[in-house]
Order: sequence, then C-alpha cells, then structure tokens
Amino acid sequence: MAALFSNSARVALRSGASASSKAGAAGLTFARGKATLPDLSYDYGALEPSISGKIMELHHKNHHNTYVTNYNNAVEQLQEAQQKGDISAQIALKPAINFNGGGHLNHSLFWENLAPKNAGGGEAPSGSLAKAIDSTYGNLDGFKGKMNAALAGIQGSGWAWLVKDKQTGQIAIRAYANQDPVVGQFEPLLGIDAWEHAYYLQYQNRKAEYFSAIWDVINWKAVEKRFS
Amino acid sequence: MAQHTLPPLPYAYDALEPVISKQIMELHHQKHHQTYINNLNGALSAQVSATQANDVPALISLQQKIKFNGGGHINHSLFWKNLTPPGTPGNELASAAPSLRESINSRWGSQDAFTKAFNAELLGIQGSGWGWLVSKGGPKGRLEITTTKDQDPVASGDVPIFGVDMWEHAYYLQYLNNKAGYVDGIWKIINWSEAEKRYTAGVENLLKL
Repeated sequence: MAALFSNSARVALRSGASASSKAGAAGLTFARGKATLPDLSYDYGALEPSISGKIMELHHKNHHNTYVTNYNNAVEQLQEAQQKGDISAQIALKPAINFNGGGHLNHSLFWENLAPKNAGGGEAPSGSLAKAIDSTYGNLDGFKGKMNAALAGIQGSGWAWLVKDKQTGQIAIRAYANQDPVVGQFEPLLGIDAWEHAYYLQYQNRKAEYFSAIWDVINWKAVEKRFS
Repeated sequence: MAQHTLPPLPYAYDALEPVISKQIMELHHQKHHQTYINNLNGALSAQVSATQANDVPALISLQQKIKFNGGGHINHSLFWKNLTPPGTPGNELASAAPSLRESINSRWGSQDAFTKAFNAELLGIQGSGWGWLVSKGGPKGRLEITTTKDQDPVASGDVPIFGVDMWEHAYYLQYLNNKAGYVDGIWKIINWSEAEKRYTAGVENLLKL
C-alpha cells in the first residue's frame, strides 16, 4: 500500500496528475487527472477531546481543500507551459506544486494516521514497528518524547514525521518546513501537523498540550501498514 | 546580564477592534511575544556561558535560536508600533505621511496599486512569515515590498517602514482560514505617522538595553 501511494503521488506530482487510476486505499484520488479532497473515515467530532470538531471541519473542508484547488490550478498551468515548451514558466511553478501538492499529500496521510479512540486511536503499535521503535528509542514513551521535542522545535509552520529510510530500512524522526512533503530518501510513516491552524482554536499558544493530546488519537495500525 | 522585557502596547488590547480582536491582541502580546523574549534571554545567557567556556559548537548551535527569537522580538516590537486604532489621524496616508505617499505613488503609480501589490505578497507567503515595506539601504531609499519567513528580520541596513504579521496566530481566532479578510482589514489600522517617521529618519534601536 505504501508503494502504491508513493508511486501514484509521485506520478501525479511529476506528470501533472495525468494518472487516472484511483489510489483510494491511501486516501488519494485523482479522478480524471484532478486531485480531489479525500473523505475522512470518521466524523469531524470523533477525535474530541484531542482535536475539536470545529478544527477538524475547517482543517479538512477549508485548508486541505484549498491545497487541492491550488494544486490542480498549478498543474493546469504546468500542462499549458509544457505544451508551449515554456521552460521558465515550468520552473516558476515549482514552488506552487511543492507547496500545494505537499499540502495535499501531507493532509491525506495525516487524516489516515489518526483514528477515534473507539476505533483504535491511541492503541500502542505491535509487531515489527513496535520492535523498531523500541530498538531505536528505548520504548514508545521515549519515541513520543523525541517526536514532541521535534514538533516543539519547529520554527514557523511545518510537520514532524516518523519516517523510514529507504536506504537502510531504519526509522527516524524528521521535521519538514511548511508543506514540504516526505519524498526521496525517506518514506512517511506517521505525520503530525504543527501548523497553528491545526490546534489554535482549541489550544491557542499552548501547543505542547496539543502535541501531548494527539497521541490519544494516533492510528498505529495505519502506521504499521505503511512500515511493512 | 540585562534582560529583554516585553514593551507595553501603545494602545489598549481592544483598541484595534473590529480589525483585530482583543483576544488575539492579548494572546499575541502577552503570550507569543513574551515567549520570544523569554527564549531570546535564555539563548543569550547560554551564549555567555558558551563564550566563557569557549564552546564553539554550542555557540554555533545557538545562532539559529537567537535569530528566531531575537527576530520574533524585533518583528513584534516593530509591528505593535506600526499599527494604530482605526479612525485615528495616523490612519490617513495623505496627511500622516506626505513624503512616503509621494514615493509610493511614484514607485507604484497609486496607493491602490501599492496596496494590491502588497496584498498579493502577503497572500503568497507559504507558511509563517511577514510582509514588509522597506526602504533599501537606509532612510529615504528605494521602496520595496519584501517578505521574510518565520521570524527572520528585515535585512540589516534596510529600514522596515511597516510590517504585517502573517503567522496564523495573528488572525486565526477571528478570521479562521479567511486570511484575505485579515489582509484587507489591516489597512484600516496601519500607522502611517510611524511609517513616515521610519521612512524619513530610520528606526531607533528598539531592543537596546
């Protein structure tokens, strides 16, 4: 599933979303070449009290949807530039593709690596992922502490990810600025959104409380699937 | 070692309503700005210890902390002063900033064209950052609209005439994802008297202890 996701995502980014196949399993759909907003598999209020229903609704319907719209617009412009052979226009579109395509990828992964408590949210990982976490960070709490420190250390908007290094198979924590997506050497396993819009209505400046509460709604089953 | 402290606002927390709510101003000033100051003071005292210990790796790793938190302190200090309650004399570009107005008009053609260009820069920021009108190289220099990411301050040597905070904490409680609404509103509270002062005479050293 992880491979399907990263392939379709990469194809979409490179060729201007010309892929018509549906990668619904990973929550990303490209109907008729357009990126579309994926449905959540739970209600907006289902992650309370960790994340309020109002935050979830704005975050999904407005913020994520804006990335989808702007990504599609940028891709359309990219296709026009390609047809005209306008290289400088293609290069100039790169930041918009990275930012909005990244926003689409990151949020799609984020919704999937969250789950309500009554659907397994917060239940500790098992199997090979649990082993990798224990051997890298001592135990799950050790990992959470390191991940929270990475989140708290982000200067501005961004994300922290648990990633798998494709070269070594090892797991690591990496922070990314703004909507930079996890591509290239690393595969995204678990992402936490540290943009202020992800928590501000509920936690205001007390972001450490958000970082601590989100572990109650982490969908470790989804993370395990990406890892294996 | 002398500590940096939070500068008082030159107006009440609710004075910028309806453009910026009291709740935003309180959190922004008492919590966000204060946190930059606390972290700046912490980084500066760690720097003193690292200097005494001649610990070069520690000194290098402190540089980004000083830039981020020092930048946050400078940017917010400039921001509070370049805002003024709506309907006050400072809001009127023509009367409050005659020489700046002339330079804006000669550079962008009209105040309207300038405002449009500035708004486009603000809305184009990807992530957290600031939009600025700067005077290049010192007072009465060439005018330019620039953006800085996160808490990066305006390049030294350039004069920040006014800045607009585009971090989500600056508007989210009131405008949610409608940042264009915040950007439209900000013009009602720009302090053109302060802008004129900075344009013609530069910025005093706000953070001098």
